[in-house]
Amino acid sequence: MSIVVPAPGAAVAYVDPARRARVRARARRDALRGMVSLLAFVVVISVVVSLTPGWPAVRETFFNGQEFIATFPGLLKAFWLNVRIFLIAEPLILVVGLLVALARTLKSPLFLPARVVATLYVDIFRGVPTILVIFLLGFGVPALRLQGMPKDAVFWGTAALVLSYGAYVAEVFRAGIDSVHPSQRMAARSLGLSLLQTNRYVVLPQAVRNVVPPLLNDFISLQKDTALVAVLGPIEVLRRAQIDASSTFNYTPYVGAALIFIALTIPMTRFADWTQSRSRSRRRAGGVS
Amino acid sequence: MTTTLLGVNGVWKSFDDHPVLRGIDLTVERHQAVVLIGASGSGKSTLLRCINGLETVDAGSIFLDGDVEVTSFDTDLDAVRRRVGMVFQSYNLFPHMTVLENIVLGPQKVLGRQRRESVEIARGLLTRFGLDGKASEYPDRLSGGQAQRVAIVRALAMEPELMLFDEITSALDPLLVGEVLDAVRELKTAGLTLVMATHEMTFARDVADRVCFLHDGIVLEQGPPEQVFGHPQQAQTQLFLSRLAR
Repeated sequence: MSIVVPAPGAAVAYVDPARRARVRARARRDALRGMVSLLAFVVVISVVVSLTPGWPAVRETFFNGQEFIATFPGLLKAFWLNVRIFLIAEPLILVVGLLVALARTLKSPLFLPARVVATLYVDIFRGVPTILVIFLLGFGVPALRLQGMPKDAVFWGTAALVLSYGAYVAEVFRAGIDSVHPSQRMAARSLGLSLLQTNRYVVLPQAVRNVVPPLLNDFISLQKDTALVAVLGPIEVLRRAQIDASSTFNYTPYVGAALIFIALTIPMTRFADWTQSRSRSRRRAGGVS
Repeated sequence: MTTTLLGVNGVWKSFDDHPVLRGIDLTVERHQAVVLIGASGSGKSTLLRCINGLETVDAGSIFLDGDVEVTSFDTDLDAVRRRVGMVFQSYNLFPHMTVLENIVLGPQKVLGRQRRESVEIARGLLTRFGLDGKASEYPDRLSGGQAQRVAIVRALAMEPELMLFDEITSALDPLLVGEVLDAVRELKTAGLTLVMATHEMTFARDVADRVCFLHDGIVLEQGPPEQVFGHPQQAQTQLFLSRLAR
């Protein structure tokens, strides 16, 4: 095999094979070093933890294999309720958030009431801890005994999550709207587009694109906060783990519940990272700014 | 015979007590190319933005076609902007739309044209400005010169009577300035009325029917390019031109 060096100026990509080999060898060496270092770290931590005086007792109460096998299927089944709460809450939050964000951008005096209500809503629900909103709605509204109002704890728990997260997501959308450069509005208006058309065709599409990564972050945290609905009593995964744990005085079900949450959030976190890096490379498109 | 398309009468405009336009007058006849020159901050961009109502004025009036008062509180500015095209220094293409979508947005949503008709016109314009094959590209895939020509096409697709150019070559790589100026030259040849703020003096000398030198928010000196560039009367004009020549 002979190595052919292309003529200077040839329209090909060319890398010296010797250099390429060196670069690859160095990459292999770095990977190996990383693995060895990681392994050493894990061994040290494991040894240190297993040498602590309380370790055998902790292992028995938190990492009991039999208990894990016995309770895990029940936890998974209960988690289905968390998933349903999440799937119902998420689209509703997006709608509430977008509407509130839009209401806050309206400048016409005619829309002053909408702006005031939207601002109050965001101020209140961003200030009150989510778990308090769940308490107040879940125990408070059914106690009013209003005709036709559902008394279902899951309903009110989900409603509380929607209200609480809606306020956060509204702020995310508002930041997205603000992030669209004013020159984009100017270009749209100079074409004769109305204010409404400018928002609909030029500002909002860009705003939504810009906030996909932070929105995903909020949804990761919503996945976890579905567990807060447990305080109202419905048997979702945390409540299930609580019941299991209190019947045997073994805390392994809690670890099982944690594993289920992690299994769901890790892929979503990676996805959020990916969208973030992608939007960074697209962001500057369209003009100098 | 000439008819006046644009009349700017004694326009004042300040930003936070800082006066930018100080009673500026300007008249543009149909089919004329008027070039605004002057240092940065002399009010060129602000004047252009006042002409299509992107900026409100503090005093004075601007008339389009003799009867539409742009500066009146009762004027439908969207209607004014339908007749006045504008191209910006930083292109301001919509990054989430393809080149074609950028161009047909105005004709479809503002003029209410059919999709097919708008696309046909857009493709014709792209060909005319050497942008064949770029229709389905996104703006981030274009060179500065291409992006600016797309911005020109986008404004032209609205079939404006008056085109405003706000330093459209200032953000460009020097090698790309020529292709954009050629596009403007073609518009002038086609008989469009142009008002252009620029620092390209050679081009101004070549294409302008009239050159206006803006200084401190007024038109200090104006006339045919040979006169303003060849025999500037005002000391400030002479100073500005001599600094450019260095």
